[in-house]
Amino acid sequence: MEDTVKLTGTVSVKKSEAALIKKTSRAVRKNATETVMKIVLFICGITGVASVILITLYMILSGAPAIAKIGIINFLFGDTWYAKKGEFGILPMILTSITGTTGAIIIGVPMGLLTAVFLAETAPKSLRNAVKPAIELLAGIPSVIYGLLGAVLVKPVFYYLEELIYKDDPTHKFTGGANLASAMVVLSIMILPTIINISETAIKAVPEEFREASYGLGATHIQTIFKVVIPAAKSGIASGVVLGVGRAIGEAMAIMLVAGNSANMPALFNSVKFLTTGVVAEFSYSSGLHRQALFGIGLVLFVFIIIINIILNVILKSGRKGTAQ
Amino acid sequence: MNELTRKRIRISDIVLKALILLSAVITTAVVAAIIIYIVKRGLEGMSLNFITTAAFSYPYENYGILGNIINTLYIIIITLLVAVPIGVGAAIYLTEYAKRSRLTTIIEFATETLAGIPSIIYGLFGSVFFYNLFRLQYSILSGSLTLSLMILPTIIRTTEEAIKTVPISYREGAMGIGATKWYMIRTVILPCCIDGILTSVILSIGRIVGESAALLFTAGIAAELPNFKSFTDIFTKAGGAGGTLTVQLYQYAQRGGGEMKYAFSTALVLLIVVMVINVFAKLAARKFRKV
Amino acid sequence: MSENNNNNTVKIHTKDVNLWYGENHALKDITLDIFSNKITAFIGPSGCGKSTYLKTLNRMNDIIPNVKITGDIQLDGQDIYDSRVDVNALRKKIGMVFQKPNPFPMSIYDNIAYGPRIHGIRSKARLDEIVENSLKGAAIFDEVKDRLHKSALGLSGGQQQRICIARAIAVEPEVILMDEPTSALDPISTLKIEELMSILKEKYTVAIVTHNMQQATRISDYTAFFLVGEMIEYGDTEQIFSHPVDKRTNDYITGRFG
Repeated sequence: MEDTVKLTGTVSVKKSEAALIKKTSRAVRKNATETVMKIVLFICGITGVASVILITLYMILSGAPAIAKIGIINFLFGDTWYAKKGEFGILPMILTSITGTTGAIIIGVPMGLLTAVFLAETAPKSLRNAVKPAIELLAGIPSVIYGLLGAVLVKPVFYYLEELIYKDDPTHKFTGGANLASAMVVLSIMILPTIINISETAIKAVPEEFREASYGLGATHIQTIFKVVIPAAKSGIASGVVLGVGRAIGEAMAIMLVAGNSANMPALFNSVKFLTTGVVAEFSYSSGLHRQALFGIGLVLFVFIIIINIILNVILKSGRKGTAQ
Repeated sequence: MNELTRKRIRISDIVLKALILLSAVITTAVVAAIIIYIVKRGLEGMSLNFITTAAFSYPYENYGILGNIINTLYIIIITLLVAVPIGVGAAIYLTEYAKRSRLTTIIEFATETLAGIPSIIYGLFGSVFFYNLFRLQYSILSGSLTLSLMILPTIIRTTEEAIKTVPISYREGAMGIGATKWYMIRTVILPCCIDGILTSVILSIGRIVGESAALLFTAGIAAELPNFKSFTDIFTKAGGAGGTLTVQLYQYAQRGGGEMKYAFSTALVLLIVVMVINVFAKLAARKFRKV
Repeated sequence: MSENNNNNTVKIHTKDVNLWYGENHALKDITLDIFSNKITAFIGPSGCGKSTYLKTLNRMNDIIPNVKITGDIQLDGQDIYDSRVDVNALRKKIGMVFQKPNPFPMSIYDNIAYGPRIHGIRSKARLDEIVENSLKGAAIFDEVKDRLHKSALGLSGGQQQRICIARAIAVEPEVILMDEPTSALDPISTLKIEELMSILKEKYTVAIVTHNMQQATRISDYTAFFLVGEMIEYGDTEQIFSHPVDKRTNDYITGRFG
């Protein structure tokens, strides 16, 4: 008869069985850990989804009441924003955000794309190693610093230009340089790293065989870049532009100090409020309907961003189809 | 001289080459100008006192950012404590447990969306959500929780990348000798991915340090030094408001005039921090890619 | 190669051509003449230098860094490596078709019109004419004439390669270089392209790299055998394959090494 081992007070089992039971209970403990971890990890996994749902929910819940009270037409298309008098029309802000972003794109995309071409195609190695870190640094600079430099370096330039252009105009409200034009310049510099990095990646991803075919036909390097490589990279470049648009529309701190703070219709030398700067400027002292209206602006901004995200996904998907072999 | 040697002068080639060079030059010049200007004006208001004391106005006006430095550290630590486990956990779930299904597509879409939401919206969200949920007013905790949502996508993506580089043979080897899934992940996969996770952490620190809009609505602008009378005070500080370096910079810049130079000094400190983080991130990434 | 027979004119003359990729001496003293309106095949085992040699003829090696080339390479008696030569004009005269079909991600029309546009032709009427003639010259016009403005990537491999041939002839070259043009294609497409090549030689001089010896016997007039960077033997295709002079040529042809 085999030796027995006392398992617990009254239960004795054979030694061999004891070993098996010990193994099984460790296995059971291990299985418990496994199951627990599986659940924990699953929860982690859906945190992202839960967050998006929560954010959407709260933006709607916080923003809708004001829009309902003010009336959606009055809110979206009203052209006067004067909190004290209870006027909450955000059309000037919507238009300002759109034109400001457009201006940033017009300035930033050509410069960014050409710089990407420089890095990916035409730069000698030494220059490339000098420029690339500069771009990386630009990408990491906090937006408040852009704001600070905008106030100190960009504003005076437009102050000077404003004085020059409007010196004989008695109707112009002088902004001292804090206007839409300054904001556009600051925004364009902010989106440069995004445009440059994504375009560079897209250009580098164009297969070498297209370049070879182009050279074989007698095209120069520049011709090859602009007639073959860039068109082949266009969906990647487009996604970079859309990302840049997303950044520009959501930017607040960088332009707080240079956009001015009056809710005028957008014009280059007008003091303007963006959707974003409007919220930041008035949040701390707002209350009641005013505060709710700011959340309403937040909701409008949120909707813009979602639309831009959808456009981005569509572009990326069609890009994958286009190059599929 | 014949057909072959007649060199065609293409004007468009020359113009485009010039524009390409010009763009690169302007971009680099902008960066150089930023750095030079910040250093130059930042040094004006810089002093040992500036970095080692906090601002106060009684009994005399003192400009110092120590309070903000401490606040920034608090926010970095708390944000990482929350976001890294969840982010790594989500990455593990996506790569090791979940099969390619509707759910994973939704999760990926949600992560992409989170990455695209601007910080001001996070700020608005944080200001109502964490107030509603935890009754948190302006507080460091509120700011950290908001920021952890912001950096979640970065951590998930980078960790996913790291996990994917672990060769299948490692997994098969472990499973083959009877290791259970979580055990294998904990002992084989995660150690391999430390570099990648570290890279994502460093990148996230960079983002946290640079963040301002989201914190303005959640963590507030307070800049005084903490008053630690007991051990638990270290923790309760998180319940109080705290302005970070970026927020303080904005305060100085907004007030302008004589305080402008302190804005630049704060900017200089931030710039150095960001550059150091960049260097560390690149080192970590290089190590990561060597695997 | 012994003598020129049949009063052939020399289109491309190469003498003592050497090429180095960095330290690697890839081509050693290659001397051979390529005759007008004939198809010349380069055969040999993998890595023997035949593609490298082909690429020296239209200076495609210029794109690769660390390449050094010495020797004499002449097109119609003119040194193509002379510093005054415009390499883009050279490549207009000497076209190339690659191993893997590489049409641009554009419409068929834009693919063919690419070359002429690069070289300054803008008129739509003229481009239409060139596109049609090139597609006919590549024996593919009827197959694609109703879908000229659809993407070239939607075609089969064999069709894409013929588009690439049409693209090459659209710039009216005098020489067409082909680097294993059918190795990535199915047998039927291969046959079609071989038929095409027999027609092409009426207007153009063709040089083709191939690792398929049967293909060389089928279509070429002259064959050169390369081995480890050297040109071992060159002559009339029939003579090379039936009475090779060098033992190494014989070994290769009879399949002793591949």
